[in-house]
Amino acid sequence: MGGSGSRLSKDLLAEYQDLTFLTKQEILLSMYVVSAPHLVDEQQARSGNEHTGTPIAERANRSPLSARAHKRFCELLPQEQQSVEASLRAQVSFEQILSLPELKANPFKERICRVFSTSPTRDSLSFEDFLDLLSVFSDTATPDIKSHYAFRIFDFDDDGTLNREDLSQLVNCLTGESEDTRLSASEMKQLVDNILEESDIDRDGTINLSEFQHVISRSPDFASSFKIVL
Amino acid sequence: MAQPLPFVLDVPETPGDQGQEPSPYDESEVHDSFQQLIQEQSWRAAQEGLELQQRARQAAGEGEGQGGLCLAQSCPAASVGRSRGAIISQYYNRTVQLRRRSSRPLLGNLVRSARPSLRMYDLELDPRAQEEEEKQSLLVRELQSLAVAQRDHMLRGMPLSLAEKRSLREKSRTPRGKWRGQRGHGSIFSCCGWLRYACVLTLHSLGLALLSSLQALTPWRYALKRIGGQFGSSVLSYFLFLKTLLAFNALLLLLLLAFMVGPQAAFPPALPGPVPVCTGLELLTGAGCFTHTVMYYGHYSNATLNQPCAGPLEGGRCSPGAGSLPYNMPLAYLFTVGVGFFITCITLVYSMAHSFGESYRVGSTSGIHAITVFCSWDYKVTQKRASRLQQDNIRTRLKELLAEWQLRQSPRSVCRRLRQAAALGLTWLLCLGTALGCAVAVHVFSEFMIQSLEAAGKEAALLVLPLVVGLLNLGAPYLCRILAALEPHDSPVLEVYVAICRNLILKLAILGTLCYHWLGRRVGVLRGQCWEDFVGQELYRFLVMDFILMLLDTLFGELVWRIISEKKLKRRRKPEFDIARNVLELIYGQTLTWLGVLFSPLLPAVQIIKLLLVFYIKKASLLANCQAPRRPWLASHMSTVFLTLLCFPAFLGTAVFLCYAVWHVKPSGICGPFRTLDTMYEAGRVWVRHLEAGGPRVSWLPWVHQYLVENTFFVFLVSALLLAVIYLNIQVVRGQRKVICLLKEQISNEGEDKIFLINKLHSIYERKEREERSRVRTGQAAIPPTLLTDERDA
Repeated sequence: MGGSGSRLSKDLLAEYQDLTFLTKQEILLSMYVVSAPHLVDEQQARSGNEHTGTPIAERANRSPLSARAHKRFCELLPQEQQSVEASLRAQVSFEQILSLPELKANPFKERICRVFSTSPTRDSLSFEDFLDLLSVFSDTATPDIKSHYAFRIFDFDDDGTLNREDLSQLVNCLTGESEDTRLSASEMKQLVDNILEESDIDRDGTINLSEFQHVISRSPDFASSFKIVL
Repeated sequence: MAQPLPFVLDVPETPGDQGQEPSPYDESEVHDSFQQLIQEQSWRAAQEGLELQQRARQAAGEGEGQGGLCLAQSCPAASVGRSRGAIISQYYNRTVQLRRRSSRPLLGNLVRSARPSLRMYDLELDPRAQEEEEKQSLLVRELQSLAVAQRDHMLRGMPLSLAEKRSLREKSRTPRGKWRGQRGHGSIFSCCGWLRYACVLTLHSLGLALLSSLQALTPWRYALKRIGGQFGSSVLSYFLFLKTLLAFNALLLLLLLAFMVGPQAAFPPALPGPVPVCTGLELLTGAGCFTHTVMYYGHYSNATLNQPCAGPLEGGRCSPGAGSLPYNMPLAYLFTVGVGFFITCITLVYSMAHSFGESYRVGSTSGIHAITVFCSWDYKVTQKRASRLQQDNIRTRLKELLAEWQLRQSPRSVCRRLRQAAALGLTWLLCLGTALGCAVAVHVFSEFMIQSLEAAGKEAALLVLPLVVGLLNLGAPYLCRILAALEPHDSPVLEVYVAICRNLILKLAILGTLCYHWLGRRVGVLRGQCWEDFVGQELYRFLVMDFILMLLDTLFGELVWRIISEKKLKRRRKPEFDIARNVLELIYGQTLTWLGVLFSPLLPAVQIIKLLLVFYIKKASLLANCQAPRRPWLASHMSTVFLTLLCFPAFLGTAVFLCYAVWHVKPSGICGPFRTLDTMYEAGRVWVRHLEAGGPRVSWLPWVHQYLVENTFFVFLVSALLLAVIYLNIQVVRGQRKVICLLKEQISNEGEDKIFLINKLHSIYERKEREERSRVRTGQAAIPPTLLTDERDA
């Protein structure tokens, strides 16, 4: 791989661009985001006010990215991991990813991290997993792939279908976890019954991927709302 | 709705899988075909009847230590959602279909009575269960036969991790692709081939660079992201609509600048009198020192520019000077405005059709509970407070949906329905009455202005009519909203549509009255003066007044209201951003611009400046004072509705106004490019007659004019074709709906079949178990041949 240790090689960048839905700017930006989480905390502590905090992307994009992005990433890692190959294989823990402003306020953030993680213990994300995440949530990803991952995110028990417990947990995430924001038990049961009535076509009590994708295809808003912009 | 029965089968397994549930990430013993499973089991039940005895004895010894398969979970439909092998085989099939361009089997060929299994066409071509390695190699082989761009497209759309995609890509790369790695080893490939490959690579990277630079160039990208993050997609749709309007205006302005304003500014005509002194007032009134500039119709000359000698009207014919192009100003004026409107029309209709295609789905009105739960979370929201608000909104929406559903279950009494209809009718009557009242008020006031202006003649008095109309436009929607609180509405979405409708009717009534006032009355009153200049200035004044009132409304409606509600009323909720009303104001402003383009060619420039200011003011006010609306908002439906409203009432109305002005109204005799003609359209006719005299080579143009433009038959033909196309599309959609119903029926029948067969198998095995147990208990007896007869009974 060519270039100094501070830059992603052109081949690797081109390969990422071919295999994901992201552009070059977004890939370099995501490296910056992954590599400098301590800068995020400092900035937020300094500003102190949640409303005026701008996302990292806005601050980062004001400076020339490609010169500094990967360099910062390497600076954070210990000495033996500072080569390009090792930094790409480094694993970032869930806490760092969950502290990103784009994910912090999302009730599905743990499920998202778990679905995209490919590590054996499934508790950390590598840089490529993070790129996968951004690619699926990007503007140009097909609705097909988005609905596939949405199904996996909503499948809380990872069994390949959405059963009643999955649906109840999903509704609880949507309405808020505290006691006074949940739906009552009868309302929940009625809602889950209605959902299964509308979307379970083969009447087996669960929603599988094809049925889920069929429901999603009827909603034109899904593709535009299932988007995270870095 | 039957529950799936967890049914334990006696399937021989490797000892390592004892007691293990198949989990999503390991691929043990997942059968792919349900039919194959049934065949297997029935064969086994028929053939191994004798062995049951031994197995029962073994089972008694081993206990319950047999790993089982949950039958319901091993169905192919369930496995795609979690197993990598199923994903790979599904994409293998897709690639094969792509390559062979095979389509779905014709539904007419399927026999309904035999209940064929549709799964045969969907997931597996080969019913044998395959290992993941085999499937991967099959997929790789298929990928190799695709073109590079298609292969990348296929890979990008696969829901696999990046590492797996990379390995697939490496494996499916053809030997030529390995050049990159072997370059350093001094390859012996030919020079031309390497050059061609290098060109392809450069083009590819250039394309990627262009795409990323285009994305970076979009203006306001981070402002829009911030708005979306704090308020969600609904408020964002307003700002995106604003951006669309800016694009339309910029396109129109470019055309006008290039073909009208530019040439006239390069050859300014002699001014009729002394130039009035510029006071500050003309920024508001548009009159004064703006009058004799390229801004208004009256400044444009009616002769051919840049022709050094006498024009064709005087009978002399002379050759143009060396290197100069004569420019026929009246023709250019007419054609530029015509072409500008035509391009705007095409762009509008195209965007509307595109947006409609994206937002309309067959059957999108059913399944509202499932769609709300699965699709309503907006992942763009990044702030905790906004996220909590979204949760509140979703909870309210779900409760409303459940209440509506309950209401629909219990039939409503006739009396109650009558009462609701009466209340609805009354509110509609009141709102229509308000609209009519506003129109009459505008008419009376404009007549009064005509009388009083003749006496007064002050310039500032010209601002009164725009002010009155603006105030009516501001106040009447509030009145309608108060009236709407009285009427009952079952569906909150319908409320939004009804409010938009009423507001629109009001604005159309007022604009219609004003158009009659200008083209009907003002033309008569201002005979002998330049009435087109006056109309252009009126429209300028209306635009400016609309902007000032919008500013005041933002100030008082949002800022002051927030301060009052926080300090005095001590409410925690900020005022809501009323999307529908703001969008209708934008449409109103754009209608005014389009109405005025014929009389004031620089009006799109004024509108562009106004839209830019509106963007920043609204953004600042939104971030400081407002919160997202509580009502549910179907963002993509709404965008389609706004574009449709822009196209149909707004653009169509201005097109009618323009046609009437060009074809029927006599232009004033002392100013403008059409001062010697009876109608503006006559300039075109004069030119066609000039062309007819020009010789046989240009005779096709007069022919086109005579038979296609002047003749109405052509228009009828085009309309008939359009109607036929629309009818065809409607029939296709209807057919698709029927097909969807049929297919759903088949799937649900298959589900029932599945449950039925599972029950059958379950009862067979249960009976056999019972018999074996009873036989074991009663001791060794003769082997009953009744097993086979049992099957026949069952």
